[in-house]
Amino acid sequence: MKWETVIGLEVHTQLATRSKIFSGSSTAFGAAPNTQASAVDIALPGVLPVLNRGAVECAIKFGLAIGATLNRVNVFDRKNYFYPDLPKGYQISQLAKPIVEGGTLTIIVPSTGSGQSEERVIHLTRAHMEEDAGKSLHEDFHGMTGIDLNRAGTPLLEIVSEPEMRSSAEAVAYARALHSLVTWIGICDGNMQEGSFRVDANVSVRPLGQAEFGTRREIKNLNSFRFLQQAIDYEVRWQIETLEDGGRIEQATVLFDPDSGETRMMRSKEEAHDYRYFPDPDLLPVRLDDAWIERVKSTLPELPAAMQARFQNDYGVSAYDAAVLTGSRALADYFEAAAKACGQGKLAANWVMGELSAALNKAELDIARSPVSAAQLGALIARIQDGTLSGKLAKQVFEGLWEGAGEVDAIIEARGLKQMSDSGELEKIVDEVLAANAKSVEEFRAGKEKAFNALVGQVMKASRGKANPAQVNELLKARLQ
Amino acid sequence: MTMLQTSLSALAAQLAAGQISSRELARQYLDRIAALNPAINAFITVDAEKTLAEAAAADALIAAGRGGPLTGVPVAHKDIFCTDGWLTTCGSKMLSNFVAPYDAHVIQRFKAAGMPSLGKTNMDEFAMGSSNETSHFGAVKNPWDTARVPGGSSGGAAACVAARMAPAATGTDTGGSIRQPAALCGITGLKPTYGLVSRYGMIAFASSLDQAGPMAPSAEDCALLLNVMTGFDPNDSTSLERDKEDYTRDLDRPLAGLRIGLPKEFFAEGLNSDVAAAVEAAVAELKKLGATTVEISLANSQLAIPVYYVLAPAEASSNLSRFDGVRYGYRAPEYADLNDMYSKTRAQGFGAEVKRRILIGAYVLSHGYYDAYYLQAQKIRRLIADDFAAAFKACDVILGPTAPGTAFTLGEKSDDPVEMYLNDLYTIPANLAGLPGMSLPCGFDSKGLPIGLQLVGDYFSEAKMLNVAHQYQRVTDWHARAPEGLR
Repeated sequence: MKWETVIGLEVHTQLATRSKIFSGSSTAFGAAPNTQASAVDIALPGVLPVLNRGAVECAIKFGLAIGATLNRVNVFDRKNYFYPDLPKGYQISQLAKPIVEGGTLTIIVPSTGSGQSEERVIHLTRAHMEEDAGKSLHEDFHGMTGIDLNRAGTPLLEIVSEPEMRSSAEAVAYARALHSLVTWIGICDGNMQEGSFRVDANVSVRPLGQAEFGTRREIKNLNSFRFLQQAIDYEVRWQIETLEDGGRIEQATVLFDPDSGETRMMRSKEEAHDYRYFPDPDLLPVRLDDAWIERVKSTLPELPAAMQARFQNDYGVSAYDAAVLTGSRALADYFEAAAKACGQGKLAANWVMGELSAALNKAELDIARSPVSAAQLGALIARIQDGTLSGKLAKQVFEGLWEGAGEVDAIIEARGLKQMSDSGELEKIVDEVLAANAKSVEEFRAGKEKAFNALVGQVMKASRGKANPAQVNELLKARLQ
Repeated sequence: MTMLQTSLSALAAQLAAGQISSRELARQYLDRIAALNPAINAFITVDAEKTLAEAAAADALIAAGRGGPLTGVPVAHKDIFCTDGWLTTCGSKMLSNFVAPYDAHVIQRFKAAGMPSLGKTNMDEFAMGSSNETSHFGAVKNPWDTARVPGGSSGGAAACVAARMAPAATGTDTGGSIRQPAALCGITGLKPTYGLVSRYGMIAFASSLDQAGPMAPSAEDCALLLNVMTGFDPNDSTSLERDKEDYTRDLDRPLAGLRIGLPKEFFAEGLNSDVAAAVEAAVAELKKLGATTVEISLANSQLAIPVYYVLAPAEASSNLSRFDGVRYGYRAPEYADLNDMYSKTRAQGFGAEVKRRILIGAYVLSHGYYDAYYLQAQKIRRLIADDFAAAFKACDVILGPTAPGTAFTLGEKSDDPVEMYLNDLYTIPANLAGLPGMSLPCGFDSKGLPIGLQLVGDYFSEAKMLNVAHQYQRVTDWHARAPEGLR
C-alpha cells in the first residue's frame, strides 16, 4: 500500500521583548537561577499580571507579515494544570479568541535528486500569545528537583499551521521559512539552542487517496531542523510499520530522543489533562485599533516576499536565488549592498551564494560576522567586470580579503594578481607555448579538439594565471588557423 | 474610653492639634485588643512593636507638619492584604507560615497616609464564608453576643470595629463580605465600584468580584477611608484610571428630591420581620429628610446566588491553584511523590468550605460542563447588571435590607452550606454587576442584635451613597451605639 504523510506544526517562538509578558522582569537568557523572577513570576499570593504591549506588537507584526486576520478583540484565558515549574497552577494563554487567525507562508521545498525545487503556500491556522513556564532541573539535585523560574512569564507566540505538509522535507522547509520570517521582522532572536524557537510536529499517515486523516501523534519540543527531520522520518516509518503489521495508532504525545533517533511515548490521550480553560478575569480583553496596527505596520521592514520580487526585477536573479538570498535579513542586506557596490546583481548573487557562503560555512561564521564586507565583495566583482581580474584571480583576491590583507586594489597590486592586459606580452607567451608543444599543435590540426584546451592550459600556466582566458583563446585560434 | 468612641475626623483633629500622639492612641487600642481579643478573636496577628514604630513615624510626620488628613489614626487590616514583614494568612492553614515580602496596594496607601496598622484581622478562610467560622484561626465572636457569629468573611474587621478595638478597618467584599458582617456587627461598611480600589496584593478569591473597602462606625469615617484607599494602580489591569475624588464632598448635601428605589424582590418572603420593620422605619426617616420612594424590580437577582456559586468557585478554583506547597506556605510533612505532595498539601492545608468551592469550580469549568454552567452564568450576570441599569433610570439609589436576618448563633448554619449561602442573597447582585454597595446600622431586633440597611448605587456613585448614609446618621444614632458589655 502507498502511504501519505500528513504534518502540521506548532511552533513556540520566544518574543524578543526585554521584559516578560506579564511582569517587568528581564527575559535575558542565562542568568543565575531565579534571579529574574519577580513576585509576579513566582506567583506570590495577591500578585496580578499586567500585559506587556511590546509582546502584543510582536504578534501584530507577525499577523501583518503573513497576511492574517488580526482579531480586534482578543482574550487571554487560563489553562489550568499543576506542575512545579508553573507557579500559578495555570498558564495564561489564548484559546477561543487568539490575536492572529489565518495567513499564509510561502515555502521553497528543495529538489530531491534531480527534480526542481518547488514553491508551496502553507496556510496558518492561528497564532496566539502566551507565557512560558519555568524549568525543572532534575539532574542538579540528588533526589530532588530544582525549579528555575527565570523563564516563567517569557512571552511566546505559538504559531499553528494547517496540516498541509506532506513530507519531513516540507515540514523542515516550513520551519525554516517561519524561522527566517520571525527573525526577519525582529520578533524572535531565532536561537534554537536557547529554546527561542521550538517545534511540535503533529504527524499522521493515511493510505494515499484516503480523504480522512489518520490518527496523529504529537512530537514535542524539537529544537533543531535536523531533529525535526529525523523525528518525523522515524515517526512516519514507525506509524506505517505499525499499521502494516495490523496495529492501530493511538493519539499520543511523544518525545524524540536524538541519541537513539527514536520517538517514545510521553502520555496517551487518556492521560491528557482537562485544562479547564476560562477567560482570565485579571486581564481585560486586548483591543487593537487601526491606529495601533498602522503604527506597528510602519515599523515593519520590507518583507521577504516583496524583497524576492524586487531582487528578481532589479538584479535579474532567478526566483530560487532570490529565495536563497532572502533566507535571512542579514544575508539579503549583504547581497543588496554588494550588488549595489558593483552594479552586477547576477554576479554578486553567484559570489554571495558561492564563494562567500562556502567560506562562511567552512569557518562556521554567520553572515553578520563575515570578514569580507559587502563593499569589499562589490569592489572585487567590479574588478572582474572591468577585466582587471579573471574569475580565478578573483578567488585569490577573495582569499586576501578574507585574511584581512587589505582592500581589493591593494591586494591585486601587492600580490601581482592583475590580469595580463598587454597583448604583446601575451602574444610572446603564446608563441613560446606553440613552439614548445609542437605535438599538441599537430594533434589539433589533425582534428583533436582536446589538444586546443591543453594549449590554453599551457598558456595560462606560463602566464601564472594572469592571462585573460578569452584573449588566450582568441590568440591561439588566430595563430593556429 | 471616650477616646475610643470618637470619629476619625475628631481623632485626626486631636492628633493634628497635639492633644494626643499617634503612639498614645495606638497604645490605647492595643491595650483594648489585649483585653478583648481573647473573647472576640478578631485578630490573627497583633505586633505592638511594629504598630508603635509606625505610630512613632506618624508622630514625626505630624510634628514636621507633613501629616495628611488621617495621619496617626490607626487602622486594622483584614488578613487578606499582603503586608510586608507581617504574617499574612488569609485565614488559612495553607498560609499559616507565610510572611508577606511586599505590601498590597491598599496597605501602601495607608502607609503613605501615615496610618499605623493595629494588626491583621481574622476572616473566613480565603474569604469563603458568611460567618467567619471557616477560619483556620477559630471563629470570631460577635461583640453584641459572643454566642453569635459576626458575619463574614470580614468578620474580624467588623467585630474589632464594633468592639472599638480599632477605630476603623479594611475589608474585602466578593459577595457581601464587607456589608453582611457590617450589618451583623452594627457598623458601616462600603464596597466600592469594581476597579476603584486596586486588588494588587489582596489575595484573590474571585477576581472579577473581589473589591476592598472601608469598615468603620459611620459613613463619614468610611468616606475619609475611601479617600485613602481608592486610586489607579498600574499593577492591577482592572484598576480604573480616573480622576481622584473627595468622597466627603457631598456628605452635607440635603436629601430633598432623592429618589429611593425599593426592589420588591428584597422585601419578599424569607426576610426576618424585625429586619423588615427596621428597614421600613429607615425609609420613613429618609422620607422625612425629603426623599421619595419608587418600587423597582430586580427580577434576575433571584438567580444571583446560583450564578455566584458558579462564577466565584470557578475563579477561585484557579486562583487557589498556586497554593501547591512548592514555593511558600504549608507543605505536607510526608509524601511519596509529586502528586502525593500536591494532594496531601492541599488536603491538609485547605478547610472544608474552600475544598467544596474548589471542587465546584473545577466541575463547572471542566470539559463538557463549561457551556452549561460557566457561560450560562456569565449571561445571567449580564442580565442582572441590565436590571440595575434599568432601575437607575427611575431612582438615584436602591435601598433594602443587607441580610435577611441578624447575627445567628455559632454553628447554627455551619452544617448547611446552602442555608449559609442564602445570607448573601441581597448583597451578591451588586458584586455581579460591579456596583457599589454599603451597609449601615438601622436598628436592633428583639434580641438586641444590630440590623443593617443596604444601599446600592450606580457606578461611581459612592459620594451619593455616603451622602444618603451620612444624612441618615445625622438624625439617628444606631451607628454610634456600641455593645454594652464591652464598654
